[in-house]
Order: sequence, then structure tokens, then C-alpha cells
Amino acid sequence: MATTEAIDVVMPQMGVSVSEGTITKWLKQQGEQVEADEPLLEISTDKVDTEVPSPGSGVLSEILVQEGQTVDVGTKLAVIGGDGASGASGSEPQTQEAEAPAPATAEAAAEAEAPSSAESPAPTAQPAEETAPAASTNGKTFVSPVVAKIASEHGVDPSQVQGTGRGGRVTKKDILNFIESGAQPAQAAPAAPAQPDAPAAPAAPQPARAAAPPTPPSPAPSAAQPGESFEPMTAMRKGIAEHMRRSLDTSAHVTSAIEVDMSKVSAIRAKLKKEYQQSYGVNPTYLIFVARAATETLREYPWINGEIRGDQIVTRSYVNLGFAVELADGKGLIVPVVKNAETLNLLGMAKAVTDIAQRARDKKLLPDEVQGGTFTITNPGGYGTFHGTPVISQPQAGILGTYAVVKRPWVVQDDLGEDVIAIRSIMNLTLTYDHRLVDGALAGRFLRDLKHKLENWDESAY
Amino acid sequence: MAELTYLQAISDGLRTEMRRDKRVFVIGEDVGVYGGAFKVTLGFQEEFGHWRVLDAPLAETAIVGACTGAAIMGMRPVAEMQFADFISCAWDHLVTVAAKQRYRAGTPVPITVRLPSGGGFSGGPFHSQNPESSFAHIPGLKCVCPATPEDAKGLLISAIEDPNPVLYFEHKHLYRRIKAEVPEERYTVPIGKARTHREGDDLSVITWGAMVYTADEAAQQLDSDGVSVEVIDLRTVMPWDKQAVLASVRKTSKALVLHEDTRTGGFGAEIAATIAEEAFEDMDAPVKRIAAPDTPVPFSPPLEKAFIPQVDDVVAGLRELAEY
Repeated sequence: MATTEAIDVVMPQMGVSVSEGTITKWLKQQGEQVEADEPLLEISTDKVDTEVPSPGSGVLSEILVQEGQTVDVGTKLAVIGGDGASGASGSEPQTQEAEAPAPATAEAAAEAEAPSSAESPAPTAQPAEETAPAASTNGKTFVSPVVAKIASEHGVDPSQVQGTGRGGRVTKKDILNFIESGAQPAQAAPAAPAQPDAPAAPAAPQPARAAAPPTPPSPAPSAAQPGESFEPMTAMRKGIAEHMRRSLDTSAHVTSAIEVDMSKVSAIRAKLKKEYQQSYGVNPTYLIFVARAATETLREYPWINGEIRGDQIVTRSYVNLGFAVELADGKGLIVPVVKNAETLNLLGMAKAVTDIAQRARDKKLLPDEVQGGTFTITNPGGYGTFHGTPVISQPQAGILGTYAVVKRPWVVQDDLGEDVIAIRSIMNLTLTYDHRLVDGALAGRFLRDLKHKLENWDESAY
Repeated sequence: MAELTYLQAISDGLRTEMRRDKRVFVIGEDVGVYGGAFKVTLGFQEEFGHWRVLDAPLAETAIVGACTGAAIMGMRPVAEMQFADFISCAWDHLVTVAAKQRYRAGTPVPITVRLPSGGGFSGGPFHSQNPESSFAHIPGLKCVCPATPEDAKGLLISAIEDPNPVLYFEHKHLYRRIKAEVPEERYTVPIGKARTHREGDDLSVITWGAMVYTADEAAQQLDSDGVSVEVIDLRTVMPWDKQAVLASVRKTSKALVLHEDTRTGGFGAEIAATIAEEAFEDMDAPVKRIAAPDTPVPFSPPLEKAFIPQVDDVVAGLRELAEY
């Protein structure tokens, strides 16, 4: 058996705003041999669902956090190698187990009215569950349609019911008996541990989080009214909700807009399209022209590519460009990041954006690819909208919105310098910026320069 | 009330209608002089004469074709297939002509086709089948499958007076094994209405024909475990009593569909699909099917026993559902 030094498996940091993750599946069981970099478990956060590779080789000697539990980033999840439970890990699992249930309980309380989620954590009040094999945990978390219905009608969390079905599953009888016995739903649970992540969050990169006012515990929702129905919030939706609120509470959002004549870009696009598609399988979209031009412009406006961190202003020698991508099911948004965008030419940008957007929709992003952005582009124009006020992705200082390219009558000058009306392809761009750091004039100059680059596209330079 | 076997109840129903309605006549192989392969029409030719109890050649096509023509001309023919298996010869007349006539021309086709069906006595592949699902699939045909003597009589009378072609599946294994009180007077059992054979709260078995008894025996065994099983006897496979099935399943939240026909495309699949579509939110377990495997019916008694769902199979299935 393993004689190597024990290696800890910890909950990885999955993104800037992510402070916790849920274990969805252990791919290896306790006692199994695992090789370095072999997929060890699957986790779900508000940003990504991903596999976590093993940090080393050896026997998986101890699993400390079971499937379905949500724990803070950095929490020890398992031990590989060593002497299993003995030695250094002897006392630690105790603390871990004491800690782990806390967020789970808070979540259970918040979810008391929406219990049908298959991801709802297994009850933590039963230590016996900890030693049960994974199969029984799976059985326990499955909630049948009728049990889900009864649970939502009576506001009961099925995970609080003792199950007698296969693998401990809660049967219809179990939940009816539970209700009949007059057991109280879990709503009354104290909401105190709502911020278990505060001390655990790394202080440096997340001052905004620490500065944000504490999120008031959401009141337990009342039962469904006629015509209403409940669906549980996914981890992603909760993450988005928290981040949107926190961003508006943090930055002073102001939006400026500018109109850009995309005729030249449009002509170059048409010219490049065939070559890009045939040789590289990518499309030279308007978006990548904007991304390319924005990256160039950002180099001249470091504060817009910057961040307020405590009392300091952070500027960078690089641009990590985030792109807001709508997921295929229309029920979520993710912002994968193209790192070092300043090193990419137009083709490189096209390939990078196509790749991350596709993998975002396929849920194949790696944790590293959704963090570290310094500026974000969002493109709601695909649906024809011509203006918007997006919310800044914290802790960045700005977000660029691109909108529909529409043909409009436009005043241009002819060869003689006379004004004439022409039909041109016009796109609106918005810059939403944090007015704490970026002044209106700065934002205006940024948009002016960006417009200039797009209208006078220099093929040789990009 | 007299105690009749299932077979006697069929004869009784047929005789009742022939006495009451001169348009009713019987046609089939050996139904006259011989009284039918299973003696359902024994003594009929003596009572009703050879013009109302017709011996036909070995030609199911001709029998159903003649019935269709006679029905269009206003008669109420009752055809007997010697074995349900042989109805395949009459497929074209039933499916292409009789089932469509009402829709095409508006003329009713009030024929009844009696189909001795089912296995359990080493009849082998040609004398044991339960082809109800093939015909339930054809719009324009009705299919009834009585399980009790009382229903056998009442459903036969309903089939004869129905203005549409009705396939009357009579299970051979029940002919002389099942005996019960049957009212002497004329009565009908409505087509399309299920019957609760046994009431229960924990599980629903939906079945018909001889499997009603298999289900009932299994339910008795579960009863001693403290699991209460409801047995729904569908009685009519087409049109089937969706409301009764859904009501039972909504009560128990667990359903087992049982039939003697083979599994794939058997009528149980339609029932299971309907439960999934319409009662999904009331289910506490996946719908379970127990049916014969997808092979012809074997001759060998041990093999046939392995083929036709047995009480033990149903008990095991019910236990599995109960424990789910």
C-alpha cells in the first residue's frame, strides 16, 4: 500500500467570485489507487462543473467530504497516500466534519421551500451517513416526482425525512408519515451561518467582497399561490444573483455610448470570411474585431483595464479579456477569459473566442479559464438590441457592450468634401465603467479611440 | 344466478343474443355439427338450425369477409376463429375493410370475432398467442378481454350489439378452470370500463385476461407482507379505461403492468407510456412491466412456464416495487 507522504486534496479556487463548491461525484472510492492528474472527483460551482484531477499518486486513503456537500474553497476534501486516518490527519477530519455541515445547513434552510433539487445536500445530522457507501448516498438524494410534489405542497425538505426506500430513498409513505406526524419544516433554522466564507476568502484579491454589506438572510418564501410554481435555483443562478447584486453595491456604474461606422470592418470581414472558415474553421465576427480593437485601446487606458484594490489602483501590462457567453439552455451566463489578449492578432482572437465560447456552452471550461479577467465584453446585440447598461464583472473597472450592426442613413463626405447621405453599417458600443476609478472624460476618450480604430481598420497592424 | 364456467358463460351470452335477435348468427370452423373446437356452440345447430350456425371452410379470410358483407347488409354475425392465432389470415379483411368501412362510407360493421387465445397448456407457437395489441393499434377495431364468467357473458352481449367490429379475446386457460355465479337474465358489461378486481393502497397492478388471477395470487402473498396491492382488470384493451388506471396509480404512486403477450410493443407499453405522460408527478417509482419475452410461445412445458409470467415472477416484481 501507499507509503508515500500524505497529499491533501482541497477544494480548488474556481473563479474570482467563487468561494465554495459542491462535490457532485467522487470518481474514485476510498482505498482505490489513483494516479497523478487522473480525474478524482467532480465538483460544481456557480461558474463551472468540472473534474478535479488528482494532485498526486497513491491510494485514496480518506474521503472527508461526501457527495452533495458544499464546502469553502480550500477545504480539505480527501487524503491521498500516507497512513490513512492516522498521523497528521487524525485530528483534522474532526474539524473538517464539524465545519463542513455548516454551509450545508444554511443552504438547506434557504432551500426549505424548494426541496426537489437533486443536488440538495444529504442530511448532515446523521453521522452514520458518513460511513455509508456512495451508492446509498445516491439513493438517498433521489427524490421521486410524487415526493417532490408533496414536499413543495407542504413546504417540507425531503432531506429531513428518514427514508425507508431503496438505499434510504424517501418514499411517498415516508414523507406523508413525516407530515402527518406534525414534524416542522426546516424553515425555522437559524440563518446565522450565512457568511461562513468570510474568513476563508483570500483577503487580497477580494476586497470588494469583504467591503460588501452582509447579504440579509432571505426570508423563507411562503407556499405557492394558485398559478405559481417553484423551481430550485441552480448553483449558477445563485452565483449570478449574488454577483450582480454585489457588483451594483460595489461600483458606481455609469454608461456612455458611441456610434461606430462599421463599413470598413464589414468589407474586411467579407473578404476574410472564406479564408477564415476554410483554413481555420472560425468566423471573423464583428465581435472579434471589437475585441481586437478594444485590447489595443485598453493598452492606452490602463485604468479602464485596472481595478480598485483597497486603497490602491491596480494597473496591468496585460489584458485578460472576458466574454459573456449565454449557455445553450438559456438559463445562465458564464464569462470565460481569453488570457493575454494583447498577444493575439485578429485570427488568434477569432480562434480563442470561438474555442472558449464553444467550451463554455459544452460546460468544458477549466476553472482557470473563468477567472483573472481584467476587462469584459458582452454582446447582447445578437438579438437586435441597440443599447444596454451591463453590470461590471467584479473587481474589474469596465465592461464593453456591443450591439446590433444596422444599416442607417449616415452623413459622410464625398470626394469634394461635401456632405452626402450614405447607407452605412452602424454599431452602437457602450462602455459601462466604475465611476469611482474612471472619469466620464476618460471613458469618452476611450470610446472615441476605439471608434477610430474600428472605422479606420488597419489590416497591416492587426 | 347459476354457477357457470367461463366457457359456459360465453355460450350463455351467445345463446341469449341468438334467441333475442334473429340477425345474430354464428360462423366458423366446426362450430356447427361438432359444436366448436372448445364446444362453445355445442347444441347450437340443433336449437337455431344450420342457417344460423354455419360451418365454414378452413379459410379465415372467407369467414371474416362473409361477416363483413353480412354486417353491411344488416346482420349481426359472430365469427369464431378456432384459435386466435389464425386471425392473421383475416388481417386484410379486418384491418383494411371492416375497420375502415365506418369511416369511409358511414356504414356500421357490427361483427364480433371470437378469439380463443392464450397459453398454458403446451399449445406451442400457433395455438397460444395473445395478439390483442396488434389489433388495439388499428383505429376502428375494439378489443375486449374478459377475465370472469360474468364479464364473459356481459361483454359478449355488448360486443354483439356494438355497431363496430369487436374482437372478443376469450382466454382458453380460463375456459373450465374459472367458475362463478352468472346472472341468468340478459345484461351487458360496458365496453371500455375497467373493474377493480382487488382494492389496495400501496401498489397498482394493471392487467387483463388470465393474468388477473396471476396478479391476484401474487397480491395475496404481498398482503401477508403488509403490502396492499390493487389489481385493475382492464376488461377492455381498446378503448381502454385510462381514467380508472390513472386514478388507481395516482392513489398508489407505483404501477406494475402485467400481460401474457410478449413484451416489446405489447399493450402494456401503451399503458406505461400513458402513466408516464399523465401521472408523472404522482409517481414514486418507475413503471414496471412484466410480460412474456420476445419469442414465440414454446411447446415444452417447463419452457412455457418460463415464458408465461408466473405468480412468483409477479411477486418478485411487486416486492421490488414495494421496496423501491
